Amino acid sequence: MASQEILREEPSRGSFINDPRIRSLFFQTLVVILLFSSIWWIVHNVIENLQRLHIASGFGFLKSRAGFDISDTPIAYTSDSTYFRALVVGLLNTIIVAVAGIVLATVVGFTIGIGRLSQNWLIRKICTVYVEIFRNIPPLLVIFFWYSGVLAVLPAPRESIHLPFGSFLNQRGFYLPRVVWGDGSWLIGVALLLAIAMAWFVAHRARLRQKATGQQFPVFWTSVALIVGLPVLAFLLSGMPLTFDFPKQSTFNLTGGFWVKPEFLSLLLALSFYTAAFIAEIVRAGIRGVSRGQSEAAGALGLRSGPILRLVVIPQAMRIVIPPLTSQYLNLTKNSSLAIAIGYPDLTATAGTVLNQTGQAVEGVFIMMIAYLVLSLVTSFVMNIVNARMALVER
Amino acid sequence: MQEHDMSWVRTEMALAQPAPARERGAYAWVRKNLIGSVGDIILTVVGIAIVLWVLPQVVNWAFINAVWTGPDRTVCTTAAQGGIQPDGWTGACWAFVNAKFGQFMFGTYPIEERWRPILVAILFVALLVPMLIPRVPRKGLNALLLFVALPVVAFFLLVGGVFGLPHVETPRWGGLLVTLSLSFVGIAVSLPMGILLALGRRSKMPIIKWLCIVFIETVRGIPLITVLFFASVMLPLFLPEGVSFDKYLRALIGVSLFAAAYMAEVIRGGLQAIPKGQYEGADSLGLGYWQKMGLIVLPQALKLVIPGIVNTFIGMLKDTSLVLIISMFDLLGVVKQNFADPNWATPQTPKSGLIFAAFVFWLFCFAMSRYSMYTERRLDTGYRR
Amino acid sequence: MKHIALGILGAAALGFTASAASAGTLDTVKQKGFIQCGVSTGLAGFSAPDDKGDWKGIDADFCRAVAAAVFGDATKVKFTPLSAKERFTALQSGEIDILSRNTTWTSNRDSALGLDFVGVTYYDGQGFMINAKKLPGVNSALQLSGAAVCVQSGTTTELNLADYFKKNKMEYNPVVFEKLEEVNAAYDAGRCDAYTTDQSGLYGIRLTLSSPADHVVLPEIISKEPLGPAVRQGDDQWAHIARWTYFALLNAEEAGVTQANVDEMKTSTDPNIQRLLGTEPDGKYGADLGLSNDFVVNIVKAVGNYGEMFERNVGSGSPLKIARGINALWTKGGLQYGPPIR
Repeated sequence: MASQEILREEPSRGSFINDPRIRSLFFQTLVVILLFSSIWWIVHNVIENLQRLHIASGFGFLKSRAGFDISDTPIAYTSDSTYFRALVVGLLNTIIVAVAGIVLATVVGFTIGIGRLSQNWLIRKICTVYVEIFRNIPPLLVIFFWYSGVLAVLPAPRESIHLPFGSFLNQRGFYLPRVVWGDGSWLIGVALLLAIAMAWFVAHRARLRQKATGQQFPVFWTSVALIVGLPVLAFLLSGMPLTFDFPKQSTFNLTGGFWVKPEFLSLLLALSFYTAAFIAEIVRAGIRGVSRGQSEAAGALGLRSGPILRLVVIPQAMRIVIPPLTSQYLNLTKNSSLAIAIGYPDLTATAGTVLNQTGQAVEGVFIMMIAYLVLSLVTSFVMNIVNARMALVER
Repeated sequence: MQEHDMSWVRTEMALAQPAPARERGAYAWVRKNLIGSVGDIILTVVGIAIVLWVLPQVVNWAFINAVWTGPDRTVCTTAAQGGIQPDGWTGACWAFVNAKFGQFMFGTYPIEERWRPILVAILFVALLVPMLIPRVPRKGLNALLLFVALPVVAFFLLVGGVFGLPHVETPRWGGLLVTLSLSFVGIAVSLPMGILLALGRRSKMPIIKWLCIVFIETVRGIPLITVLFFASVMLPLFLPEGVSFDKYLRALIGVSLFAAAYMAEVIRGGLQAIPKGQYEGADSLGLGYWQKMGLIVLPQALKLVIPGIVNTFIGMLKDTSLVLIISMFDLLGVVKQNFADPNWATPQTPKSGLIFAAFVFWLFCFAMSRYSMYTERRLDTGYRR
Repeated sequence: MKHIALGILGAAALGFTASAASAGTLDTVKQKGFIQCGVSTGLAGFSAPDDKGDWKGIDADFCRAVAAAVFGDATKVKFTPLSAKERFTALQSGEIDILSRNTTWTSNRDSALGLDFVGVTYYDGQGFMINAKKLPGVNSALQLSGAAVCVQSGTTTELNLADYFKKNKMEYNPVVFEKLEEVNAAYDAGRCDAYTTDQSGLYGIRLTLSSPADHVVLPEIISKEPLGPAVRQGDDQWAHIARWTYFALLNAEEAGVTQANVDEMKTSTDPNIQRLLGTEPDGKYGADLGLSNDFVVNIVKAVGNYGEMFERNVGSGSPLKIARGINALWTKGGLQYGPPIR
């Protein structure tokens, strides 16, 4: 073992070098000097190399015209936009696919995880096979599979599959009618916000009342009624300002409407199905981690199986589940960078193109690293808050 | 009072009654596991539907309709596409995998030199198997051979240029050879680095502690692709004029750095699991820091985290597939590269190739995850009091 | 910090370093005994590995020609496959000695990226390919408004595409991939209506599609794509060697020197051919470049003249069957013009 060799190099005891404080000071100074000299060495080399090779440097290029187009643009972007805007588009695409992926992966993962503990032998086995397959192949392969699968199964644009509500499905993606907000539709938004606030208030009051009197109040249904009812009411009152833009067939593709591209679709499915396998294992471990005595005790108190799961088992399981779940969310966000392999314009892909067009590798990689770090930190931060709220409050 | 006046007391235990007929046998099993309740029946029906829908398609495609051997694309294409199969045929084109098998394993490693990677693989297995079986003694020597001697021998065997072996430059390496060598060397390098980082992170020296935290959290916060981009695009600019790395080495550096950060966290978990008494005991014996760590703490901690290390290795094996993005040809890269071969361009080729690659990855990862579960159970019982 | 030190240690100990100082690429190349040549990861006709892993194509042959000029032995060349993104850094950092990877010569690459283009080994232009069976009636790129177009990222192609559609006030959805194989697969699967890349590439790609006969290349050429090899800036001697290797190939074709007749030609009394083949009594044109005087003989013996190289890799002798067109010699109405060796 490495440490045993180092052990022989230890200075003899009995002098002031043996003083742990002085030694630690010495080591740290040494490390700092080494660190700074190597940073200096690297910076020196980089500057020298860039000058020698006549490569431009600095972040000035961010303001120049990008000149290339991007397929998925959540904000307005044309080839006349700047490189900076191209990077922002990439970042937004990463965020969109990561958030959607996290939601879908959680849903699928919890379903499969609970399925693995099901009474039903067949369901248990199917879920096990799913987990064992997806956990043990590289995510990149999963993405390729989904992409070639999606493209192979769906029909060409002229033979689109018609779905209800004027939506279509074909090789070019999933076309939905787009909502066009008319005048006065702000009322609906206001109503929605109001409903959420009221639902929260009702829940709060109901909790207080239950604490005081023990009486329960149907919070869930009231909230649903509020959140659905108020916006619908506002919609009717404001004179139904919504119209729909339906996709229509044109020369090549469908135009109009809201369009989800197959790259996004397959990346989303691949990421969430891959991550779901891991989440399923975490959920299973979490639920099995809650001791049987807990649910038996709850049963002895007269709770039925629904409330036992909801009030006793899941809150305790969540404590075990959330920390590893956070790292799965982080992994999913990071794995979204594999989008580059199937042409979804995420941050890595756009930054890569920018890097290649400008030749400014140092700046490009630097921007990528910072962006992913910030994303990871934000995810960790949010999950830490959730974790703190879930954590055991010991008395 | 008479002794036998008491009410009748049974002197021997009653034999257990056999369970009622409806609790035994196949029917009971079915009732309990498949049709326990209305919800269960629905689930079972859905489950059977899924199996019936998926299984025949898979079996048909992968086995019954599959083509196993053949000289070129004609065997895997329908008449309309210029082949010999009837119209409407779909099936796996294993003939493609068969024809390209050598490339999938070794890339473009010269054919007459392929005994070298094969020899390395045999040595590797010969050293690995005793390492994995707990009963085989002399683990220390074995580990030394596996992690120190083998890489050196393998290096000279694979690269060549000495002892009359022709030099094989790394751009000619490919396929499974690259996948396995990258991940194995990566793990061998990242293990000591991870130990140092984990110790550094728990160090009392603030600067060292913070440097380790910054390094670990930065690397864990960014995707491997970015690290690989960094290694492949930026590393050359960091070095003085005239010094440059082989692309394989650059990928290796990227993968090892990445794995080291994850390894550090796994080992830190092990360090934290060692009770405080062990540290204090070592201190009270007057051991120095390295003695304490090397003799008392690390041997216990590392043993605890073997499953974690194996899991990191699984992750690494899967992650090496990303080197195809910096145009190196690992298993997945070679498979994808061969899709472009006009001799084998058929609609079935990509599917068959990808499934083959997935199967190989799956085989390795599944075996390792089973092994990790096995050690986990073994260690678990060992430490339970 | 740790990793750099480790890397250097590793590199030094394992002997992985490929030293390539910018001063005197020729010397370093001679010292290590081979030329490191950057090629594509696989583009039929330009640089693609065959079954045995040998690189085939015009770009690969050009590197062989340079090796023949320098060492008199065309096998002293090693190939590094590079993606579009990596190619420039690989050359800048000295990982490769020459970049011969269907790279378009542009002013920006010549200046800001630190490259020095040697010449144009293939005059190309960007075109479009469509599936005529699925899109009957489309016979011009100007009808492509609204189409989904497959394109490879990190290339001039991507930029030309944006410019072309903008100029003609047409809409399109770009479908952008990192690697050529991926673009091919997506186009073949019907993800896009049109495929755009250099026309030479389109012919090569058409062969790999599941039903090549259905696809047609549209007549429009929307850009100039002079493809050629490049070397690092600041090493004139090495640039000259690469440049005159290319000119030698052209001059050999013009003078009628072929792989088959090069030995006979050495006895020719035509002063032009004598100068070309280094048989002129006191000519030392090769030596002045830092090569042997008969370097052209070595080149032609190894890969033939330009015409032979073209026909073998992309022309009538290959499955691509691309006509010479503007790549014919200037004497035959093309653009290939080799300055004289004298």
